[in-house]
Amino acid sequence: MKKRFLNTLAMAGLVGGLCLTVGCETLSDVGATVGEATGTIKPEEAESLRRAGIAVGRTFEDITPEQEYYIGRAVSATILTQYEPYDHPEANEYLNLLGQSLALMSDKPETFGGYRFLILDSDEINAFAAPGGFILVTRGMLRLCETEDELAAVLAHEVGHVQHDHGLRAIKSSRLVTAFTVLAIETTRTLAGDEVKQLTEAFEGSIGDITHTLMTSGYSRRLEREADAAAVTILRRVGYDPMALKRMLDEMSRQIKPGGRDFARTHPDPDDRIRDIRRMIGAGVTVPAPPPEREERFRAAMQGV
Amino acid sequence: MKMKWMLMGAILLGASMSHAAPEMSVQIREGQLRERPSYLGAVVASVEYGERVNIQQQQGPWRYVASGDKAGWIHESALTRQRIKLEAGEVDVAGAATQEEMALAGKGFSAEVEQEYRSQHAEIDFSWVDRMEKMGVSPERLSDFLRLGGVKPEGGHR
Repeated sequence: MKKRFLNTLAMAGLVGGLCLTVGCETLSDVGATVGEATGTIKPEEAESLRRAGIAVGRTFEDITPEQEYYIGRAVSATILTQYEPYDHPEANEYLNLLGQSLALMSDKPETFGGYRFLILDSDEINAFAAPGGFILVTRGMLRLCETEDELAAVLAHEVGHVQHDHGLRAIKSSRLVTAFTVLAIETTRTLAGDEVKQLTEAFEGSIGDITHTLMTSGYSRRLEREADAAAVTILRRVGYDPMALKRMLDEMSRQIKPGGRDFARTHPDPDDRIRDIRRMIGAGVTVPAPPPEREERFRAAMQGV
Repeated sequence: MKMKWMLMGAILLGASMSHAAPEMSVQIREGQLRERPSYLGAVVASVEYGERVNIQQQQGPWRYVASGDKAGWIHESALTRQRIKLEAGEVDVAGAATQEEMALAGKGFSAEVEQEYRSQHAEIDFSWVDRMEKMGVSPERLSDFLRLGGVKPEGGHR
């Protein structure tokens, strides 16, 4: 059983290679039909091949919000093996009020379980956005923010990563082929032990791909620019000053230590981002000065952070 | 010539109309229907994961939907064209082609897979992730937060 399953995956790989030039479903269908007619493969194998062919054609975009949610949970739990959570209910509540307000004004306000924010007890300057909207921000990053608008800029950038499915894009396509092939089988019957194992391996691999990208390798400059652009839009829509994002980057540029385990390792040079952000915001933006209440609540929530 | 373009336009319009899906499914755990197309609008009802809703109006990214005796505005990101089947088995499947139109709830990377993953990784603790999930804020508190901070959402249509 296992062998046949693996064979199916191997066939899926072959089909995948050919898929680059020809429509996937048509090709796998033709392959399966020819194989079936010539008697080289059994009808049930032909069926598996058809399914695998379709699975190969799928990408991170076919991951349902529910599956994204389970991926995000596991990515967050994995990050939390490296960082302690900051157990301070008032500060975390404030972060959620601000973060969830921003997320609702993004282009993807609805995720399966909703956006959630948590402070990490670390002096490092860092923030992570796991799929599904689980966003983790270090105390070091919070201390860098001097106003609510600046903190909003940091959170809006992370929401931007979630909105554009950046975490999911980090998953290697081979894992998705496995996952979607098993899922196709799951459409018709309950999975056997081997198949659950295969699926769990693909899950584990996916979590590894995303966590590695978030914590070590970082996103490409293009994806960071996309998150910055989303942040500028979100800040505008909610009513915060988009220039706060530039101020945050200026501050990060001053404070980040090269070679550290922080934002500098996984993000492009802040100075490059600042130039891009200036272009995104454009000239002549006037945002009314924040009322004293906004700064008061920011200071109150950040006390002790 | 002009007639030809008009005809083509009519065909295209017809094609796009026949492709318009009057029904969609809720793809999040719990969705809220609002009295107006904005997150500042009051919540009038809630819809569940997999629930089919009838699309009656559109305004930007918002859809006015109805399900049974409930009706209200919901953001497009909460909806999918796929049907969501809540339980596996006995599906009318002629191959996985139906995956185009159908998603299985609780399958693929699911609670079952998380459980299996956790049993293999006792060192990974999910308790803070569970606590994070409880940090949801009600729509009323969010609008109070914005109001008290003097933050004015642009347009209010989102």
